[in-house]
Parts: sequence; C-alpha cells; structure tokens
Amino acid sequence: MSEITNTHTGALPSSLMKRFGPWIFLAIGLIILPFIFSSNISVYTMNLMGIFIIFALSYNMLLGQGGMLSFGHAVYFGLGGFMSVHFMNYVEAEIVTLPVFVLPIFGGVIGLVFALIIGSFSTRRSGTVFAMISLGIGELIASCSLIFVAFFGGEEGVTGDRTMGPVVMGVDFAQDIEVYYLIAVWAFITIALMYLFSRTPMGRMANAVRDNDERSEFIGYSQRHVRLISFCASGFFAGIAGGLFAINFEIVTEENLNALTSGVVLLMAYIGGVGFFIGPIVGAVVFTLLQTLLSNYTEIWQLYVGVLFVLTVMYVPQGLTGILAMHGPAFKMRRLSGLFVPYLRMGIPTFAMLAGISGFLEIIHHVRSAAVGETSMSLLGIEFNSHDVMPWVIVLTLAAIGGLISRTQLPQMREAWEIANAPLDSNEGASS
Amino acid sequence: MTSAIALDDLRKNFGPAEIIRGVSLNIEKGERHAIIGPNGAGKSTLFHLISGRYNVSGGSVSLNGENISNLPPYEIYRKGLSRSFQVTNIFPRLSVFENVRCSLMWVSEYKYSFWHLVDREKKLNLRTHEVLEEIGLTSRQHVPAGVLTYAEQRALEIGIAAAGGADVIMLDEPTAGMSHSETDQAIELIRRITVGKTLVMVEHDMGVVFDLADRISVLVYGEIIATDTPENIRNNKAVQEAYLGAESEDA
Repeated sequence: MSEITNTHTGALPSSLMKRFGPWIFLAIGLIILPFIFSSNISVYTMNLMGIFIIFALSYNMLLGQGGMLSFGHAVYFGLGGFMSVHFMNYVEAEIVTLPVFVLPIFGGVIGLVFALIIGSFSTRRSGTVFAMISLGIGELIASCSLIFVAFFGGEEGVTGDRTMGPVVMGVDFAQDIEVYYLIAVWAFITIALMYLFSRTPMGRMANAVRDNDERSEFIGYSQRHVRLISFCASGFFAGIAGGLFAINFEIVTEENLNALTSGVVLLMAYIGGVGFFIGPIVGAVVFTLLQTLLSNYTEIWQLYVGVLFVLTVMYVPQGLTGILAMHGPAFKMRRLSGLFVPYLRMGIPTFAMLAGISGFLEIIHHVRSAAVGETSMSLLGIEFNSHDVMPWVIVLTLAAIGGLISRTQLPQMREAWEIANAPLDSNEGASS
Repeated sequence: MTSAIALDDLRKNFGPAEIIRGVSLNIEKGERHAIIGPNGAGKSTLFHLISGRYNVSGGSVSLNGENISNLPPYEIYRKGLSRSFQVTNIFPRLSVFENVRCSLMWVSEYKYSFWHLVDREKKLNLRTHEVLEEIGLTSRQHVPAGVLTYAEQRALEIGIAAAGGADVIMLDEPTAGMSHSETDQAIELIRRITVGKTLVMVEHDMGVVFDLADRISVLVYGEIIATDTPENIRNNKAVQEAYLGAESEDA
C-alpha cells in the first residue's frame, strides 16, 4: 500500500514535467509563501513547519521506510541543535569563521556520528528490541544533558546569536524572513536528498528489510547493515533539522532531545501517514498549525492532537495522506463530484457533534481550572457562565443530535463511496 | 572436481531433540537433486542448515569445496547459493517489479549504494523485465506482491531465488499447494531457470521429483537412507518401507 506513490514511477519513461513538476512546484511554493502569509506569526509558523518537515521526514526514514519504530529520535535532533548553537558561539567568538547558513551541517554530522554509535548495537534487531533500546538511549541522553553542563548548558540550555556571523550578500539573519529563506533552502535540499535516497538501491532495500527482514538476507543483504545505514542517514537529517532549530530560536535546551520531542515527531509522521513519502510533510504542517493556531484559542489543544492521533491509529492507519490517496481511483475515474453531497450530508452533523464535544471539554476545563470565583468564559466570542446549566445542555444536545444524525447518514455515504469506486472493493472511506 | 554441495556428518539438535542425525551427502555440479522423505523427516531443517538460516550443531557444509558452515545467509548467497522457501517468503508491500529488482541488486554489484538511482540503471531494469517475463508476471509487475494469487506468489518466490543467477539453487517444495496445470507450469519454469546450474529441491509431489531429478536422496528421521537415481530409488526396499505411505498418498 505504501508503494502507491512510488511503484508507478518505477522504470517508466516519464516526461520531464512529470519528473520535475513536483519539485518546481515545491520551489515556487517555498519562494512565494511568505508573500502570501507575511505576518510575523505566519513566518514564525512556517519556520517551525520547515524544521519539523525535515525532522518528520528523517523520522520516517526509520518508521515508514525502514520499519523501525523509534522512541528516541529527538536525540539526534537535539544533539544537532546543541552542536550548531555551539558553532554559532564559536563564530561569534571568532574562533572559526563560517557563514551562519552552513551551521546545520555540523548538526547533521553529530547526528550522523551518534546514529553510527547507537545504531551499531540498536539496529541488530527491529521491532520491540529496537523500540526499547531507542527509548532507553533517549532517556539516557536526556539525563546526560543535565549532567554534562558544559555541552548541554544544564536546565537553561545553550543560547547563541545568529546575527554575529560574517554577513554574506547583505544577509545577517536579523529578521525572521531571512531565516525563513534559509530554512526553505535547506528544506528543499534535504527533502530532495531524502526522496532520492529512497530511490537508491539502499533505499529500496530499506523497504525490503521492512517488509521481510529474513528474506533480504537470502538475496545477499545483511538486514543489520541495511538498518544501520538507514539509521545513520536518518540521524544526519534529524541533526540538520536540529541545526536549523538552533538558528531559528537561538536557544537549545534539554527539552529538544527528550522523550516529549521524540513523541511529537512520531505523532507528526503518523498523523500524516508513514506509508507515503509526503506523509510526514503533511503531518508536520498539520501539527504545526494545530500547535500554533489552536493553542491561541484553547489551552487543551494537546488533548485534541492526542485524540486526532488515536483516531488516526484506529481508523486510518495510512494517515491523512492515506485518506487523500484513497480518493485517487475515484478521481481518476472522474467520479469525485459524486462524493461531494454525501460528504456534506455526513460532514455537517459530524462537525456539529465535534463542536458539541469540544464545547463540553472546554467548559469542563474551564470549571476545573479557572480561578476561584471566575465563572464567565467565552467560546467563539460568546460569553456565558460556565456554572449555569444552559451551556451544558446546549453543547450536549449539539453533540447528541449531531452524533445521531451523522449515524443516519453513514449508509448513504458508504453507498456513494461504493458507487464512486465501483470496480474496486473498498469501503474504508466510511471511517474517515 | 569438487562437489557443488558437500555435507559431512551434518547434525542439528534443538535442545535434546536431534533433528538431523549425521547427514553426509555430495551433490555434483550441474546435478538436479531431490530430497524426499516423510513429514517431519527434517528436509526443511536440512535446507535451513545449508542456506545458513540455522547454525549447525555438528559436522560441516561445503559449497564448491569451501566450508560455509555457520556463515550468515547473506554471505552464503554471495558465494553463489540461493534458495526459495516452503512458506511463501516475499516482500509483500513492494511491487512485484521491486521484488525482482531487489533480488538482482546485490549480484549487480550495487551493494549498499546510495549514490545510484535505481530507476536510471537501465541494465538492472532490463534484467528485471527479463526475469518477470521468464516467470510470467509481466502483466502483474505493478501490483504489490502481497495481493498476488497463491500460484503467482510461488512463481515470484522461485523468481526471487533464481534471479541473481546463483550457481546453486535450492527450492523448498516449489509446487506445494498448486493445481495440476500450475504444477506443470512450475516444472517448466524450474527446468528453464536451472539449465547449467545445480538444483537441490525438497518436493512431496513424486511426479515432479521423478520428472525433474537426476538423483534422489531419501531422508528419514534425520538420516539419509538412500541416494540414487530415480529408477533405483523406486525399487529400493528400504525406501519403500519407510516411504510407502507418503508415496501412495501422492500418487
């Protein structure tokens, strides 16, 4: 299933447009995005997005491409960040003279070195053993960061100043928009490299080992070596992402390499869809949007992200990209329009139900955590007293009615889905 | 001339249970050799020992005169021994094309390269198409291997084993669970791909065995009780005694 995007390009003589089209599109997109979203907060968000895209893609080299579930990938991200911020300080102290934009390389190198050391024993087996070792190493490095203060800076972390490097072509990185283009260039290069990696003999064997590690040994490949090389490449790119993080925020702390960050990258890759190359990109974009936008409106945004993750794991293990890809056949048969009305009929009550549920959660949260005596809250600009009965009745009714109506709409949507996909046998669309 | 495969007092035990109890066997180069025996005789275990999936407990395995006992499977493969599995053992999420191409990569000297792009390697892709043509799966090449029919998966299984052009090919029950016409096709396929090579096969279907094999070894309870031409095996008293049940079952 994961190969849907890949197999069709395999060995087929594709025209130039088909081959380079997505890359030109990506490059143009990266260039013009800041003109469309030019506010400070959007540039901030996009910077974070770019960093997380690289990070999530590097993670997917393990999980999606190589079948290795890691709970400690932030180690390489964080180490890359620390290394880069140290080099930033060396540049400032004029110990070395380097333009700031090459600093992520040092992040990548330390990510690679540590991946080589840790991978040399952790990639012996995949599955549970690998996952447990990655978790242990993650905790180990995270606790080291509070012990080796000289490198990790203890609890305050290490700070730097990106503007102190030599000015190249009038760019001193004093503004976020300059950092945006730095991140965009790095993102473009690393996305391309990671994609190309997946198309090399090594990348193909990573998939083969993921599918069937035993058989790969009977066609001449050591599963351990294949995993180790994937692991090192993944650590390298994670380190680059960490380096960009250091440049963007000018501070790296223990938080950037602990289990929380490792969890975040797993979440991003999974929500986006680990079976697709672009899955983690989608996941990183969605996650960053939720993190920066949703957190403006609600304090319990993490709960929603968690619920989204659980729902993804349960109902659409192929992730958000998988949902899109599921519509591919119908799109090719030009039947997508037939799904529009059924989706609308399903979507409106479902939306009402979700609104009701989240309203309910918000009110509970307010009642439990607001200051004593503070009883008025606002949702969507509507002010009300959270201790009254009425708001509770309204949100619960909304949730119940929405839920009931959406249930009645399920058969018609399923039917429409089956009509749209007539020659194929699939009814998974109902679960989205 | 050294034998393609030479087993010398080969032993394997799992805890106290001795499964292979001193097997000595020489398989000549270019020979088509079948190993038969009742269920549980240790035929698959013997295969696993030769191909490196299991470590040997005693004795030795030689490939072209070189001791390969206890080498990892990928080392043995690189020395020119390739095998298929009784239970289909393919890369289910990769396309059929990718399955075959992956099995060609090591022998095409790509090793762990991350500086070649597979889609650009014309010779590799050409060879992949040839193998697909040979195993009759050209029309199915873009399908994930996991959704192939059983017979197609068996053909792919053989294709993966044979694609690399190894000198010694070991097939573990290549026609298990196939219908008559599928079996006939499989025999044709095996005949084609093993021209000029050494073939070792485990097979239950006596028709296939007597059709293909130059020599047959009979394995019973971890010991070889006879190795001879099909004609002589058929008339061998000890073999008849040990094996009659299974043979009449298949007939």
